[in-house]
Amino acid sequence: MTDYIIPLLLLGVSLFALSKKVNFYDVMLSGAADGLKVLLSIVPALILLLTAVHMLQASGAMSALAKLCAPLFDKIGIPPETAPLIFVRPISGSAALAVGAELMKTHGVDSTIGRTAAIMLGSTETTFYTISVYFGAAKIRRTKYAVPAALFADFMGFFMASLTAKLFF
Amino acid sequence: MSYIWAGMLLLAVVFSAVNGTGNLLSAAALQGAQSGIELSIAMAGAICLWSGVSAVMEKAGLTGTLAKVFRPVICRLFPSARKDDGVAQSITGNVCANLLGLGNAATPLGIQATQRMSRYAPEGEASDEMCRLIVMNTASIQLIPANVAAVRASLGCAAPFDILPAVWFTSVCSVAAGLAVAWLLGRARRHD
Repeated sequence: MTDYIIPLLLLGVSLFALSKKVNFYDVMLSGAADGLKVLLSIVPALILLLTAVHMLQASGAMSALAKLCAPLFDKIGIPPETAPLIFVRPISGSAALAVGAELMKTHGVDSTIGRTAAIMLGSTETTFYTISVYFGAAKIRRTKYAVPAALFADFMGFFMASLTAKLFF
Repeated sequence: MSYIWAGMLLLAVVFSAVNGTGNLLSAAALQGAQSGIELSIAMAGAICLWSGVSAVMEKAGLTGTLAKVFRPVICRLFPSARKDDGVAQSITGNVCANLLGLGNAATPLGIQATQRMSRYAPEGEASDEMCRLIVMNTASIQLIPANVAAVRASLGCAAPFDILPAVWFTSVCSVAAGLAVAWLLGRARRHD
């Protein structure tokens, strides 16, 4: 099933655009060029953050953090190795991508930990960034319960990611 | 970010001093920098392809088509969308852009919606519906997580998209949990 999602989506979008008489090839080209610009804007961050992540790993800080969180995480079924990812995910998108990519690389993309990291990345967002942008623009100072509710959703995402990585594969 | 980076380096140096792994640290720094550029190049193709497809979805008005489908649900979740068409339009646009993974399109629409909704709330205070919009935007409802798939593909994964069902299921649970907590906390506050 999942083998066909992307090919059919690519085909479907192209046919839909054709039916709307959009010159989609040109639009796609300029979109791909924009993608290059987006990528260029995150490359420096990825380089710096992966430098820090590698240093943390070599120093043993990463495994110390995992060990520290292990008693609690094991109890709710979240792999302790993903602790660094869980802590950076709500704060920085590119840092989370760097940590997640590193987890997938060290433990294997198709390992349970690698898959858990991928599902976590795919089903959560940079919570604090989003909240500050939205409320900042609307000049909201009293955010009421937005932060706890959003963080609970994140926690649920991390928890379910650990569960589905085991159940769905 | 400066503090986060400095903090990570400080941790690394302190831990390596304690663990006696200092000899590995400088090599790790250079390796990290190298893997940063390797990862970027390995992801480049997939990211460009996807942002090309995103541009077509946007241009062909796919968000508009989706918006019609989601409008009734959105009017239920956001009361001011019922009386204010501007709110309804920007929220549906925001949700649909999020579903399709068009982050660049979603953010301005979400900001617009929040600003318009703030007219119906006490000044400087978040209303219940704003909190709901925040939860929907922070819990990621993206259908195709293209960046993650790009990372997986770059690491030699044979089926980078095989995580999709798990991602969807997880997203639905986290959005539902976030909305439920928002509802509970909103009720608790009114009873105070």
